[in-house]
Amino acid sequence: MSRYEQLIKDLGPQKFNMRGKLWMGFLLLLIAAGVIAYIDQLIQGQVVTNMRDYVLWGVYISNFVYFVATSFVAAIAVAALRLTNSEWRRPFVRVAEIVAVACIIMAGITIIIDMARPDRMLNLFIHARLQSPITWDVIIIPTFMVVSILLLYFPLLPDLAILRDHYAKTKPRLSKIYGFFALKWNWAAQQVKLQKRSVHLLALMIIPLGLILESIDAYLFSTTYRVGWDSSNFAPYFISGAMVAGLGALITVAYIIRRDKKLESYITDYHFDKFGKLFNLALLIYVYFNINEYVVPLFTSKKAESEHLETLLSGEYALPFWLVSIAGLLLPALLTLFKRFRKPRALFYIAVVAVIGAWWKRYLIVTPTLLHPFLPIQGVPESWRHYFPSLHEWLITSATLAMALLIITLLVRYVPIISIDRLAAEEGLPESKHPESKHKEAAV
Amino acid sequence: MEENNKDARRKFLNNGWKLGLASILGAGALAHLKDGFAFEGSGESIELMDADGNIIEVDSTELEAMAHHMVPHDVRKGIPGRKFVMVVDLAKCQNALACQRACNKHHFVTGDNAWLKVYKMQETEDTSPYWMPSLCMHCDKPACVTVCPVDATFKREDGLVLIDNDRCVGCRFCMAACPYSTRVFNWNDPKQEFELSMDVVEQMHSPEHAGMPSVKGTVDKCDFCPHQAVKGELPHCVTACPNGVFYFGDKNEDTVTNGNETVRLSELLEKNAGYRLFEEMGTDPSVYYLPPKDRLPFEEGLDNYNEFESVEKPDATVENPEAS
Repeated sequence: MSRYEQLIKDLGPQKFNMRGKLWMGFLLLLIAAGVIAYIDQLIQGQVVTNMRDYVLWGVYISNFVYFVATSFVAAIAVAALRLTNSEWRRPFVRVAEIVAVACIIMAGITIIIDMARPDRMLNLFIHARLQSPITWDVIIIPTFMVVSILLLYFPLLPDLAILRDHYAKTKPRLSKIYGFFALKWNWAAQQVKLQKRSVHLLALMIIPLGLILESIDAYLFSTTYRVGWDSSNFAPYFISGAMVAGLGALITVAYIIRRDKKLESYITDYHFDKFGKLFNLALLIYVYFNINEYVVPLFTSKKAESEHLETLLSGEYALPFWLVSIAGLLLPALLTLFKRFRKPRALFYIAVVAVIGAWWKRYLIVTPTLLHPFLPIQGVPESWRHYFPSLHEWLITSATLAMALLIITLLVRYVPIISIDRLAAEEGLPESKHPESKHKEAAV
Repeated sequence: MEENNKDARRKFLNNGWKLGLASILGAGALAHLKDGFAFEGSGESIELMDADGNIIEVDSTELEAMAHHMVPHDVRKGIPGRKFVMVVDLAKCQNALACQRACNKHHFVTGDNAWLKVYKMQETEDTSPYWMPSLCMHCDKPACVTVCPVDATFKREDGLVLIDNDRCVGCRFCMAACPYSTRVFNWNDPKQEFELSMDVVEQMHSPEHAGMPSVKGTVDKCDFCPHQAVKGELPHCVTACPNGVFYFGDKNEDTVTNGNETVRLSELLEKNAGYRLFEEMGTDPSVYYLPPKDRLPFEEGLDNYNEFESVEKPDATVENPEAS
């Protein structure tokens, strides 16, 4: 087998093995349960949730914030590293694009799940009011979605063409599908030039778009009078949190793919070490913003805010708060300082814990605040003073997470997760049609 | 013209009840005066101000007391020339809850959270407790209106903040934004069938009578009863209160009434050191409070106090129907 064929075999589409099939079945099961729960929610109303007039936003919103945060990985791991010519990004780039696309799509869906009248969704366009942060979201989420999809798609064109050609004889139907998406790609100088430019432009765009996306997400909260939300620190706090959530998800997914597809020679310890350092930077910045958000206010907090902080630090939410802060943030920040914790396996476990922490972190940002209104909670059933998601909410939320994983799984199944085209060109393989391929240069 | 006549009445009020024409909002005790309204002899002309503020002269015989009926006006703009306000005298409140019952009844509130609530307040252990009725503050800088993505909740020129339940998308951002926790959500089908006939609903359905009907998946709240104002009547809570806690009126006229007495808004606020809730937030509420000085005995309200209920259920045996 030639090196070129080896590349295609390693990186090209692979049929699901038994474990893969079980995984797919598991995801589909979760999604089916969530869809049923959602239909029931449509029929009965949001009464099936445990949200009420005081805790008026719950796990749907915190899950939405989590998806938005994770999608930021496209801006940091793809675009920022591309613009700084950090070559070590290469084996992670496509995984990052895939994670970002899956998460921003699910963010869009999750926010609709929270709307009590999705049948009136068009009102958001017909009667849109520009001063509402929700309208900003309506504008930025689809924009970010399109740009991140293009940022996944454009660099993929040569690989799709490679697979089209590769399967032309053995699997004509698959070849046709790849051919359809390859947009007649044939490595013409004009195509390559245009593609290079477009990708560069998209990478330039996704950074400000990502920053705007995370900021607007923060503005949803900080434009209200609520204690714990009414903070000018919130937008950078969300951006730094998004770096942690995004890189954590990226490292997790990349490690699993590497193990499952046995790509140890493509994604090496060196790459994990580099990403571990970037992850460490993100974690340290996030620690800094958490200090600004939870420690500094202790000095000047007004009565309502003091109560809120107390609930987090020593009250009802103390256990999850400290778990998230220590296990999900401080420990990862500390451990990733050391080289041996940036080895693939160790880094994977740290990233998994940080990702779980990041998800619960959003829950802790949304819920406790709402339990501390300015006027006392009176005249409503006792149960309204607490919040924990209902079965419907858990089923639906699990389904959204499963859908994100399903999108990632399917893309990883059919799309080369490292660019075959680029590897072939770099290694100067004779089959490479890339105009900058080393064997062509040598020939000239 | 309808509006000219209304403005004319305001002018008369300002000139010291020259002609004894009752104000729409001075209803209650003053309403009967309008029937005795008459002019004697012609040739006597009167200066009036029209809707644009121009002074015009009209022969007094041409003036006629108008009957109060529905004034056609733009629901989103409000009743022209008005600026509705309320004053809540905490000294008089003893948690009788007649206001809440009347509000629940006339707005067909079926949920678990009343639109008008009487809070048991006590700032610190050393300060004494008092009862504080709270309803929508109809802020002049309403946080809820700012964040609404679809203009479903809107601010009118007459000061009211209302909700278009046919447009609301149910995002609940307004509820998060309101610092007064005044907004309630229809988490399920409001099930008002027992209280509302379909004919009535179709005829009356308007943001000017919130809860008529309530719509599943949308937000409700106190509407300051504009459906009463256009009839020349006071909001339900005002008339229901046995202690005259609520004064309702028009800031432009500087007049408020609790049904028994009609007073100058500015004097009332000045004499009693009136204030507004959370002034520091800059929401500019339309509801003023008079501090609970020399108040009715606090303890008498404790019998009525129910920490966990503000809407009485028609059938007490029905356990919380929302438990699912």
